[in-house]
Amino acid sequence: MSTPWRDEVARVAGLARIDLTPTELDRLSGELEVIVHSVARVSEIATPDVPATSHPLPLSNVFRADEPEAPLDRDEVLAQAPAAQDGKFLVPQILGEDA
Amino acid sequence: MSAPDDLTRLTAADLAARLAAGEVSSTEATRAHLDRIGAVDGPVHAFLHVSADEALATARAVDQARAQGEPLHPLAGVPIAVKDVVVTRGLPTTAGSRILEGWVPPYDATLVRKIKAARLPILGKTNMDEFAMGSSTEHSGYGNTHNPWDLDRIPGGSGGGSAAAVAAYEAPLAIGTDTGGSIRQPAAVTGTVGVKPTYGSVSRYGLIALASSLDQAGPVTRTVLDAALLHGLIAGHDPHDSTSLTDPVPDFAAAARLGATGDLTGVRVGVVTELRGEGYQPGVLARFEESLDLLRQAGAQIVEVSCPHFEYALAAYYLILPAEASSNLAKFDGMRYGVRVEPDEGPATAERVMAATRGRGFGDEVKRRIILGTYALSAGYYDAYYGSAQKVRTLIQRDFAAAFTQTDVLVSPTAPTTAFKLGEKLDDPLAMYLNDVATIPVNLAGVPGMSLPSGLSDDGLPAGFQVIAPAREDARLYRVGAALERLLETRWGGPLLKDAPELEVAK
Repeated sequence: MSTPWRDEVARVAGLARIDLTPTELDRLSGELEVIVHSVARVSEIATPDVPATSHPLPLSNVFRADEPEAPLDRDEVLAQAPAAQDGKFLVPQILGEDA
Repeated sequence: MSAPDDLTRLTAADLAARLAAGEVSSTEATRAHLDRIGAVDGPVHAFLHVSADEALATARAVDQARAQGEPLHPLAGVPIAVKDVVVTRGLPTTAGSRILEGWVPPYDATLVRKIKAARLPILGKTNMDEFAMGSSTEHSGYGNTHNPWDLDRIPGGSGGGSAAAVAAYEAPLAIGTDTGGSIRQPAAVTGTVGVKPTYGSVSRYGLIALASSLDQAGPVTRTVLDAALLHGLIAGHDPHDSTSLTDPVPDFAAAARLGATGDLTGVRVGVVTELRGEGYQPGVLARFEESLDLLRQAGAQIVEVSCPHFEYALAAYYLILPAEASSNLAKFDGMRYGVRVEPDEGPATAERVMAATRGRGFGDEVKRRIILGTYALSAGYYDAYYGSAQKVRTLIQRDFAAAFTQTDVLVSPTAPTTAFKLGEKLDDPLAMYLNDVATIPVNLAGVPGMSLPSGLSDDGLPAGFQVIAPAREDARLYRVGAALERLLETRWGGPLLKDAPELEVAK
């Protein structure tokens, strides 16, 4: 059954690229509503005069020495890929239109 | 069976001393721990993968090097377990997720490189909640870990596997990671020691990221000194992690040894008003008060401090973490590593393969948090949710800064309750999240925190005592922690773990 939260979860799951079953959609819409309601209280104290913090110990101008390093071993990497061919990752077609 | 010659009962420091003195070999010690894993890990299920051959090869190499008089790291030859969220070249790494089933990383995390360079045999990879999302290991894609104190109860999480491994004498040392309490809460409920270092003290390179501004790896052990020794080994600047601190690594072990004298004269200890009281189990509070008395008797000055914004920490955390996680986990798209699932019908485009792979590969809690994080970051909601949560983070940092003008360390119970029954909170995400109410503010502010056992609650299960220090002052944790550990063990007549029931040993 369509409800605002169920529609919202379906929309967000599309953005996040996760296929959900109808049962998962039902359950997650109930849970998301409860959780969002609970965490929304952050806005009670987030007044305009408080600056935002994105990092606990801010560092600036971090560089590392420009020295060559050995890259990962290509064959070792490709051996762990779901599919590989000719020394490259083999992936499904990227675009939806007919080839 | 706890004969003094049982190598699995030794602390890492004692085992290291015996190895250095040539009284035992690393091969013997490693084999003893592998045997112990074979004997008890069936019902405990702390390990997802046991790397016996690799561990024994390292042990033999250490023994040979020692015989030839080569200089060795003090912990060389002491076996260690590594949480499965840390990548290990040549050893399977899943982060507890089915989406990475069978993946063998092509590189080592920096902390693993340090462990290998110091020649600690790696016993295996420990179980955890999927991508470190959880407080019980019940969200692992490979079955939950059981608490060695009571196999019907949770070992904490996300690092329940590492905590259970050291509590069950399957390893003297383990690596954990802590994003909101995943080292400290498991330590509390298993009667062990765990430390979340200052953010940036230990490199995050090679940790499968959950929330990049909160994640930190640290030691999981049975004693404070062992934690200090392991922290010293894995800490230090790493050019591969741009958030890694450039400061020299303090001598944590020296701080622990100083603390073990039991003298805390002049140390100012702040009790956080907001982290006690409602929601805390009476037995947990009683053990906390007794520990405060011991600190007072050791010469510490106990003061009460208020951190008024801590009550908003949980809400801020459950916006910041899912937001960062939803971004970090976008890389699991079924293209370069892990499993790939094709849609049941319709065209197999990359986008549809990604959605099918994630629908099948991720568990419930991971889906829940990615959906929440994507929602909080989506157009129209960003300022109200994520933006406000970042402001709360500032207010929590200010609370810590104000508290540390009056105190050297802050203390609280680590978790509000002892270990609950498996399944008890699985259907109530908010109740599960409350386990981390006392540990989360530490991650939001990037400061270091430790949990050590404070005794057994009324239900006979372990309770944890949390010590928090200002950023870069991790050494204070070791001093205060070692002092309290010494005083408590004098009262108990030995470590708390001696009161744990003996696990049934498989033949």
